[in-house]
Amino acid sequence: MSFSDYTVGAPVVDKAAPDGPIETRWERRKFGVKLVNPANKRKVKIIVVGTGLAGGAAAATLGEAGYHVSSFCYQDSPRRAHSIAAQGGINAAKNYRNDGDSVYRLFYDTVKGGDFRARESNVHRLAEVSRQIIDQCVAQGVPFAREYGGLLDTRSFGGVQVSRTFYARGQTGQQLLLGAYQALERQIHAGTVDMYQRHEMLELIIVEGKARGIVARDMVTGEISTHLADAVVLATGGYGNVFYLSTNAKGCNVTANWRAHRKGALFANPCFTQIHPTCIPVSGDHQSKLTLMSESLRNDGRVWVPKRLGDDRNPNQIPEDERDYFLERKYPSFGNLVPRDIASRAAKEVCDEERGVGPTGLGVYLDFADAIARLGRPAVEAKYGNLFEMYERITGENPYDVPMRIFPAVHYTMGGLWVDYDLQSTIPGMYVAGEANFSDHGANRLGASALMQGLSDGYFVLPVTIGDYLASNKLPEVAPDAPEVLEAVNSVNERIDTLLSINGTRTVDSFHRELGQIMWDYCGMERTEEGLRKALDLIPELRREFWNNVKIPGTGAELNQSLEKAGRVADFLELGELMCLDALHRRESCGGHFRAESQTEDGEAARDDENFAYAAAWEYTGRGESPVLHKEELNFEYVHPTQRSYK
Amino acid sequence: MRLNLRVWRQKDLADKGRMVDYSVEDASEDMSFLELIDVLNEKLILQGEDPVAFDHDCREGICGACSMVIDGQPHGPQKATTTCQLHVRQFSDGDTITVEPFRAGAFPVIKDLVVDRNAFDKIIQAGGYISANTGSAPEAHSTPVPKAAADRSFAAANCIGCGACVAACPNGSASLFLGAKLTHLGEMPQGQPERYDRVVNMVETHDDAGFGGCTNTGACATACPKEIPLDVISQLNKDYLAATVRGKRRKA
Amino acid sequence: MHWTAADLSSALRVVATQVSTKGAAGKPSTPKPPAARRPLLPAVLLKFVIAASSVLLVLYLVVHMLGNLQIFFGPENIDGYAVWIRTILAPLLGNEGFVWVIRIVLTLAVVGHIWAATLLALRAKKARPVKYAAGNKVKGSYTTRTMRWGGVIVLLFIIYHILDLTTGTLNPNGEHLAVWDNVHADFAPDRWYVTIWYVVALLAIFFHLRHGLWSATQTFGWSSNRREPILKAIATAFSGLLVLGFLIVPISVTFGWI
Repeated sequence: MSFSDYTVGAPVVDKAAPDGPIETRWERRKFGVKLVNPANKRKVKIIVVGTGLAGGAAAATLGEAGYHVSSFCYQDSPRRAHSIAAQGGINAAKNYRNDGDSVYRLFYDTVKGGDFRARESNVHRLAEVSRQIIDQCVAQGVPFAREYGGLLDTRSFGGVQVSRTFYARGQTGQQLLLGAYQALERQIHAGTVDMYQRHEMLELIIVEGKARGIVARDMVTGEISTHLADAVVLATGGYGNVFYLSTNAKGCNVTANWRAHRKGALFANPCFTQIHPTCIPVSGDHQSKLTLMSESLRNDGRVWVPKRLGDDRNPNQIPEDERDYFLERKYPSFGNLVPRDIASRAAKEVCDEERGVGPTGLGVYLDFADAIARLGRPAVEAKYGNLFEMYERITGENPYDVPMRIFPAVHYTMGGLWVDYDLQSTIPGMYVAGEANFSDHGANRLGASALMQGLSDGYFVLPVTIGDYLASNKLPEVAPDAPEVLEAVNSVNERIDTLLSINGTRTVDSFHRELGQIMWDYCGMERTEEGLRKALDLIPELRREFWNNVKIPGTGAELNQSLEKAGRVADFLELGELMCLDALHRRESCGGHFRAESQTEDGEAARDDENFAYAAAWEYTGRGESPVLHKEELNFEYVHPTQRSYK
Repeated sequence: MRLNLRVWRQKDLADKGRMVDYSVEDASEDMSFLELIDVLNEKLILQGEDPVAFDHDCREGICGACSMVIDGQPHGPQKATTTCQLHVRQFSDGDTITVEPFRAGAFPVIKDLVVDRNAFDKIIQAGGYISANTGSAPEAHSTPVPKAAADRSFAAANCIGCGACVAACPNGSASLFLGAKLTHLGEMPQGQPERYDRVVNMVETHDDAGFGGCTNTGACATACPKEIPLDVISQLNKDYLAATVRGKRRKA
Repeated sequence: MHWTAADLSSALRVVATQVSTKGAAGKPSTPKPPAARRPLLPAVLLKFVIAASSVLLVLYLVVHMLGNLQIFFGPENIDGYAVWIRTILAPLLGNEGFVWVIRIVLTLAVVGHIWAATLLALRAKKARPVKYAAGNKVKGSYTTRTMRWGGVIVLLFIIYHILDLTTGTLNPNGEHLAVWDNVHADFAPDRWYVTIWYVVALLAIFFHLRHGLWSATQTFGWSSNRREPILKAIATAFSGLLVLGFLIVPISVTFGWI
């Protein structure tokens, strides 16, 4: 039986969300959770893996609540988690602008923006909590942009027609993360949180069906250690690096999630990836990552390509009537501000027509000439100066004089480990927060919603819901030499041994690049049955070669960056296969997932609500073995599915 | 283009370390400096040698992980640029480039170009925060912050904690890092209650970590990839003096 | 820890270091700080000592320079001035009492200044045990060299200067209170090398003051990025005028203008 012959198992059901009016579900859930006696909290140990917005906020908040927390990150400091790179902003339904925003509108926009593949209960809670997030961050001293009156400034962002995005110049993620990081450091100082930096989680420990700890590798000494706890939180981010080139940090990986998946956690909607339209194009084979230019640039920049095929004139010499402002042409009411998935695909289309610009032909212009003429250079500089400088540093071109060149790049993964309303995975005692879970963005995430979700999960949701599990389960102490613990340690050791013993002829990066190219070609912006089937042939082949021919110098008992990468790529080589299968099985287009076979007459994504209004949660059965699909039916009681139209 | 690299190689904490010469024949001017090292490493691996270890993560100039001293300058010759954003077009064909780790007693070298910057976390632990437990926050608009204060706070909060200030400072002082955090929080009304305890505790932790003292050379602000203004150190001094006058200095 | 042996005994050795679920403290990776003794005085305070002492020293220099200019009004004037300053507050402190008070205060200031600067220099050395192979090429690092080595030159000069024109030990004339004659003997044209030595030392003082004056405003927290260029300009102008005021005396004597 081949990998793609998956079987359909029992449906998976979210039992944690209360029924009844959506407006009060979160309130009722909070009331419904069992509470841990404050005197006992110190005796309860929780492991939090990852220190981005979700993990950092969760560890800090759980520490404040009095739990004994162990926090892990692979970076040298929790402050470097990749949330730090988010530029644009954070949404919140504060309605400070009196422009008609409300919790319900944010909820509505997010469900619709997610192309009706998100769970309504979760999204509504996210919208509710969004307001508290802003309060919390301001209290921590996050220097949000302010108006002259001293009150918070907001802007409209990512194709939304209300101004609900709070921001701190182009560095909102950095400032929010520093807020969470500082709260975390405060708890470390207070002794409630033990920090393990430069530690990578390599295995989950499950005892009697419950998540009870992790195996981690000290990346400096190579020491393998086990850490036992009463609950485990994974806040380990997304898996965009399966594409090799993405806007993710180089270290971002799926290993923690994949290890949990292999041990029974369902992986939901893995094919839902977001391709961000405004990134700096690839410049050559040496390219190691792609750099995002904030989406806010589309507020003032106009996207175009030459009308004529093969027009390689200097862009400034191409007259107005020979330019195709294709977003404005195709989507007159939203123009350059259409959602990310639509803008990305439109750029891909014009490049497929060979009207792309730049040395590789994989790029479109983002032109500020009109904005500079209209607002004046100083105004443009004040708004985007730092982004323009960044662009010039990378490309050597000055965007004040020459239009920027941009191209879509993998940016965010909506899919992730399946969780219920409480953010608990299918492994009891294992919670998943932030980008690592699948819950809130459906098939497409709106701009400035990732920060909102990370902080919502970390500060406000998880610290409440995890208490319910801890209070209602008897969790006897796990012996350090319990067979499950030893088995986990052994499997980690064996895997490392195997990797080091191969001593082949290709570097880890070369495998990663090749995998990335397969994923980009066949599971990227446009997916076809044929292409996905091809990818499903190529990936196992590549994986076999990897396990026979990878070359990793050095030993495991030292800082060995090749070994670190190898472990991650090995897991990507399994995940990539599942992504392609998920994309293959979902014979509809929705959000970031565009199946060429499923489009309207004018080339827009055509959803198939009758057959695919579910989250696809996959169960692992073995490497290369066909997985089992568990469907979670999605019911839209409040926001009724309509075809998205941004025309 | 061809570039010669003189790179610091050090096996581990205990190793003495040495400079080793390499050359990269096929460097492209569109490469970032880290991609240049990537290319070198791919070659070293295939030759069965140990690749050069270096810290890096976001590669877009914001995480603060990259930490090389290139030709005597932290993050290299380009102003306001981290190593990951430095591009090879800043160099010429045939150049010999010296690459060293950040040098400071408080930043021990773990391997090659990787240093341990945990001392920075320790400084933050000592008071680089506003104590506001989750859930305890008042409505965000209940405390307006004058725009000028918010802007200055932001300019200081821009610090990415990379440690270039320490690497550049002839005294090995982390005062710019310290001052940046103190100014970020001190400009905010929310930061006032802990203001003086914060400065005293953070300064003590800074000294304990083995950083040197500031002598106002300004090298830190010159090297800072985020252009943290030098006057955050002035702010640090002022707050420390005020704290001393108020008797906030703890008994050692 | 050898992780390579994948057998059970290795696993057991691994778990021996692990953390128990309940109670027992973890072994977080946060490395212990080096067992360094906390410095008695924070570096910030040392800097205040330098700045505060420099305020006294600069005030003294201004008065000293203005006093020196008495020489242009003739021998009686400068010699009389030398006698007069010894009579200030004489009823209270006795003859020369005032001068001794000033000398003690200045000595304390100089000792404090040097002590704090030396401690900072020692800490700087400890803070960077390994130097850069390519040298520290960041603009601003030269300031330290000029302050530290310049400071040493200034100290040597002060010692020479006291032996020369205060005690008269090194002065060819060396008669107490005969300022005009002592100065003329000191900077006589055939002793041009002494004049050059004074010029060099005064230039060192200029550079030391130029950075030091602004630095003090930064230390006291008065400087800001907006004010910095103005303060630096003032510091340069002030140091220039002060040093010119000093230079004019030996030069005028050597060239026979007075």
